[in-house]
Amino acid sequence: MRHVISVLVENHFGVLAHVSGLFSARGFNIDSLTVGETEDPSVSRMTIVAKGDDRVLDQIMKQLDRLVDVIRIIDLTKEEMIARELVLVKVNAPAKVRSDVIQVVNTFRAKIVDVNPKNLIIEITGTESKIDAILELLRPFGIREVVRTGLVAMSRQSDGYKVPAHTAAKSEEGERAARPAKRKKK
Amino acid sequence: MKMRGANILVECLKREGVDTIFGYPGGAILPVFDALYDADLKLVLVRHEQGAAHMADAVGRVTGKPGVCMATSGPGATNLVTGIATAYMDSSPLVAITGQVRTYLIGNDAFQEADVIGITRPITKHSYLVKDVTQLARITREAFYIARTGRPGPVLIDLPIDIAQAETEFIYPEKVEIRGYRPKTIRTPENIDQALEMIHKSKRPVLYVGQGAIISNAARALSAFARRAGIPVTTTLLGLGAFPEDDSLALKMLGMHGTYYANHAVQNCDLLIAVGARFDDRVTGKVSDFAPKAKILHFDVDPSSVSKNVKADCYVIGEAKAILEALAKKVRKLNIPDWLEQISEWKVKHPLQYTQGEHEGLKSQYVIEEISRHSGRSTVVTTEVGQHQMWTAQFWNFTEPRTNITSGGLGTMGFGFPAAIGACFARPGEDVWCIAGDGSIQMNLQELATAVDHNLPVKVAILDNGYLGMVRQWQEIFYDKRYSYSYLPGPDYVKLAESFGALGLRATKKNEVADVIRKAQEYKGPVLAHFIVKKEDNVFPMVPAGRSNSEMIEGMA
Repeated sequence: MRHVISVLVENHFGVLAHVSGLFSARGFNIDSLTVGETEDPSVSRMTIVAKGDDRVLDQIMKQLDRLVDVIRIIDLTKEEMIARELVLVKVNAPAKVRSDVIQVVNTFRAKIVDVNPKNLIIEITGTESKIDAILELLRPFGIREVVRTGLVAMSRQSDGYKVPAHTAAKSEEGERAARPAKRKKK
Repeated sequence: MKMRGANILVECLKREGVDTIFGYPGGAILPVFDALYDADLKLVLVRHEQGAAHMADAVGRVTGKPGVCMATSGPGATNLVTGIATAYMDSSPLVAITGQVRTYLIGNDAFQEADVIGITRPITKHSYLVKDVTQLARITREAFYIARTGRPGPVLIDLPIDIAQAETEFIYPEKVEIRGYRPKTIRTPENIDQALEMIHKSKRPVLYVGQGAIISNAARALSAFARRAGIPVTTTLLGLGAFPEDDSLALKMLGMHGTYYANHAVQNCDLLIAVGARFDDRVTGKVSDFAPKAKILHFDVDPSSVSKNVKADCYVIGEAKAILEALAKKVRKLNIPDWLEQISEWKVKHPLQYTQGEHEGLKSQYVIEEISRHSGRSTVVTTEVGQHQMWTAQFWNFTEPRTNITSGGLGTMGFGFPAAIGACFARPGEDVWCIAGDGSIQMNLQELATAVDHNLPVKVAILDNGYLGMVRQWQEIFYDKRYSYSYLPGPDYVKLAESFGALGLRATKKNEVADVIRKAQEYKGPVLAHFIVKKEDNVFPMVPAGRSNSEMIEGMA
């Protein structure tokens, strides 16, 4: 089954290698992995999409949890989440089909972000199914290049899984007790 | 006060209570060696960095506090790798400090540069590249904390030479705060009552105890719990010593070369209580047929060990000691006479055995049993890897924790001898025995110079059959006796010992064994005791790899 895993990590060098190493050591392919700073610049969030045997993934998640630089790990697949991806598409758009391409773009509320006589660059944001659908419709015009960010996802819970104000214990089966303790700022 | 990075490191080591470092100098680590020159901290100069890592590992296993090894960048660091991997597989607390090239040269293929952080990433619990001297004290403090707490393991600090030379205000962090790392004594206390209920309901329980019990100093709690409930105890290779083997509830080791009665108890039990053990393939055999009638109760400090190989029906995440103490308070005596009767019958009918005739060639089993008989209960014994290791597990009488030092997970030949040297520093003044094969001892023999240098009471029993015995055994049984490259004649160990300045002794017959052991014990310094043993002998019982533990081979027809 496909899993969307959200991992809060220390914003250090080497953490990405450590996390991705746990997947690669088992010959597990990561479908997508995005990393970015959170509301706390000393913490990064990784959103990892991976397919595979549930037991193996469960084991990987436990081992991720064991890494010292991993602050918290959440399997978003198990709850309601909002997931989005951003895609840039360079599509052929010579004059005679250009209006057809623009029609597809408008239907999907996508955006044209660059124009030249031969092609357009389109920016699409949305769920994966929306993106797959628009790519399908653009394909007949001739897609020259696709760049995808990979999925980012957020829990719908109002308290969510934000970076703990002070510090938090690591999740052990959803344990979310934030413990008031001082943390040194860099 | 302003201090250089190298001096900050040494000061932090002292504050961690380190009195001995095992190391080898080289260009990139020289500032630290310079700081050690007049520090009240001893550095044991090894003859190969691998030896330093194993010595520090052994200190960690014997004391529970991290051992420290140190090497220079590049080849010095890569020579530590086998030792770090050994410590990682066996959850041994270790802090490895490596020199590194100047920060601005990192990644430039500088002289003696190796990406040791990258190389050791999968075999360390955590690692640090120090890029800022102001962080060095915090990093050192954290490294020790991480290495010894939770499930212990090796932590590496990679220290570029310019950071070691840089000066900063020395501020020692009083507390360690790592938001991603908060080991707890018991993480899931709510499961203890359920565990207790399962224990009370069971008719055929067995305790399966691993090194986790030793790491958390749970030996006393384990005995209290096992005796109060009356549950038989089998241990893993690394768990030997957690429970006294002269106790009537002891089943000795289980698994591939475990006892008949331990394996049959596990295969027939209705409740398997795993304590600080990880269901390694050498323990389980064919995993789908391991303890097939049993519910599994698992106590472990590491959540990723639970349900990894065998699904647990109930588990408690936490330190073995705390869990066993909690259980011992509430557990009732189990009324299971039939089960205990059955186990006694297996013990009587299928004991570990060998025969040693008065005039036949010497048997390794006999030598090991004799050394054990002549040693105190608290004597530390290390082993190398192979047949002699399994025979030590079978025939040494283990009664106290932290006396059995062996490379279980990685199975590192060349571990035992340097480990014995490390153990000598951890237990000053006491004899330490190393049971070695003639293959393994040749892997780190250079450390004999280190042992002589410090006049350590390390007694090495070399059980010399001229073969890589375990390889030969597999070739005999599974490869039609095609002994492909497993015969390796060695040197004259008596002369070799003498050339290093150690005592060399030799026994070839049964009636010489006791005398050699006595002479080795009487001698104050290092001894190589050369026992020429039967060439072709096999370790039994044996479960062929990948087969069920019910299919034990008890001996060759």
